[in-house]
Amino acid sequence: MSRFGSYLSEHFETIFRWFTIVCAATVLFIMAAMFIQLAWNARLAIGEFGIGFLWSDVWDPALNKYGAFSSIYGTLVSTLIALFIAVPMSVVIALFLVELAHPTVSKVVGGAIELLAAIPSIIYGMWGLFVFAPFMAEKVQPFLQETLGLEKAPLIGKFFSGAPMGIGMLTTGIILALMVLPFITAVMRDVFAMVPPVVKESAYGMGSTTWEVTHKVTLRYGIQGVIGACFLGLGRALGETMAVTFVIGNAHHISASFFDAGNSIASTLANEFAEASEPIYLHSLIYLGLVLLVMTFLIQFAAQWWVRRLKKGMGAGL
Amino acid sequence: MSETKLPLYGDLADPTPKISVRGLDFFYGNHQALYANDLDIAPNRVTAVIGPSGCGKSTHLRVYNRIFELYRDQQAKGEVLLNGESIFAPSVKLLELRRRIGMIFQKPTPFPMSVYENVAYGIRLHYTVAKSELDGRVEEALKGAALWEEVRDLLNRPGTALSGGQQQRLCIARAIAVEPEVLLMDEPTSAIDPIATAKIEELVEGLKGRYTLVIVTHNMQQAARISDFTAFFFKGYIIEFGETKQIFTNPKNKKTEEYITGRFG
Ligand SMILES: Nc1ncnc2c1ncn2[C@@H]1O[C@H](COP(=O)(O)OP(=O)(O)OP(=O)(O)O)[C@@H](O)[C@H]1O
Ligand SMILES: [Mg+2]
Repeated sequence: MSRFGSYLSEHFETIFRWFTIVCAATVLFIMAAMFIQLAWNARLAIGEFGIGFLWSDVWDPALNKYGAFSSIYGTLVSTLIALFIAVPMSVVIALFLVELAHPTVSKVVGGAIELLAAIPSIIYGMWGLFVFAPFMAEKVQPFLQETLGLEKAPLIGKFFSGAPMGIGMLTTGIILALMVLPFITAVMRDVFAMVPPVVKESAYGMGSTTWEVTHKVTLRYGIQGVIGACFLGLGRALGETMAVTFVIGNAHHISASFFDAGNSIASTLANEFAEASEPIYLHSLIYLGLVLLVMTFLIQFAAQWWVRRLKKGMGAGL
Repeated sequence: MSETKLPLYGDLADPTPKISVRGLDFFYGNHQALYANDLDIAPNRVTAVIGPSGCGKSTHLRVYNRIFELYRDQQAKGEVLLNGESIFAPSVKLLELRRRIGMIFQKPTPFPMSVYENVAYGIRLHYTVAKSELDGRVEEALKGAALWEEVRDLLNRPGTALSGGQQQRLCIARAIAVEPEVLLMDEPTSAIDPIATAKIEELVEGLKGRYTLVIVTHNMQQAARISDFTAFFFKGYIIEFGETKQIFTNPKNKKTEEYITGRFG
């Protein structure tokens, strides 16, 4: 064996260890560099507006006054609508695929749902604008307002007021829901399939229905995976740009109504970079990007903290 | 295999059987795992089910609470009567049947929730009770499973944080909390240590006053110690059934004798 070869085999453990450390450190380094770059390129806006940028709802390129609030609001609301729709649907679909459907049906339907994930987001955007938005305007929104009478409902009425235009927060939320559905469903399906059959059997053996087994035992057993799946969907919905830009309406404007046009951080960035002639305008947009990055991190931290707390409470299996 | 008519428990003791099995065949897809099983289970007694690995002991037990129906390729043919009533009758409510016939598995299966919630689980499913009554029933079930003293201060801890033996008794507490009539135990002590096993054997002794127990075991001493009747399974047939004393001292069938004396594998 050559000297180099024997050196390698002797020190393989150490070399391999360092190799993994370097790889891991690279990720951290890139993240830090990204953060610093964004902050540096947003310095004019940070200096001008400070932290107040977060809750100022003025966005006026003519006066060079910028605030992130309407973008943050739109991002959060459209994402929450999306999760509100996608999470329960994913649970039900995954349940169907794992527990109820015939294996062949399960394979076909599961495959079709995975295909949803393969559709490029621009297609969702165009379909949303030309097909889905008119359908919302003509059918769904009047149905919600009049047939269900939500417009006049106490407390939640203001969420469903205004002219049915088709585009807006609700439409965006629904399209985002479709886009994140396959990801959440895929993880949920794995979670359901991973629960040991004997644990499910003992729950059935107590005289539980399928639904009781699912929400009292299976979901809890895989709670870590379930929450992970939700936050995976959340992360994707937060940053989704193309489809959102098409259907959200792109108005810097905060309205309680889900039928109203709005904007999200990503849609603002996609729309306005080309117009940003003034340095302060450009820096404000980059500042907005920094806000999105920090928001995403905070949400991931919250997710991890939440999972740890739940795990301590019930000793979940996964 | 067994051409001679088996003595059923009805010939050995007086009371009418809790469970009677007649001509039970069982299929996993095309594979037949049980052949013409006849068996009577005495009320308020411990019936041990013994036999070599893969002879159909678990399969037989899993018919009683119809848990096998969870799997679409599994099928039972024949008759199983609980208190003289067919468990397959359309009038039988499946969830109620499973409340009446509890099952304990080889590996403890605590649910991912607190000790208290584990025991309260079944009570909540089958009864509407006030919180104070629920507390009382949980305590009673834990006492019934000889676990109360050990966990009274740990009720809010996850069930999975208990030791293996404690987890198994937690599962027994969970099962008896819904006031079943029959407890099926499929090798309940084969995954836990000898001291915990001794505790569970002692518990079984105490439980038989209130419940009818059927226990699968690979441990001959255990079967001899705790059971009143014993059924010997071989290749899907019930080869011999009788009082435990008789089976272990004077088996009628050659195969039974070979098995209990450890002369075949
Ligand atoms: N899910 C299944 N699918 C197909 N065949 C099965 C299944 N479970 C058991 N069998 C077969 O049925 C027969 C009886 O199995 P069973 O588990 O009832 O045996 P057992 O007596 O409980 O064995 P052990 O002592 O090892 O637990 C075996 O031949 C086994 O291979
Ligand atoms: Mg078995």
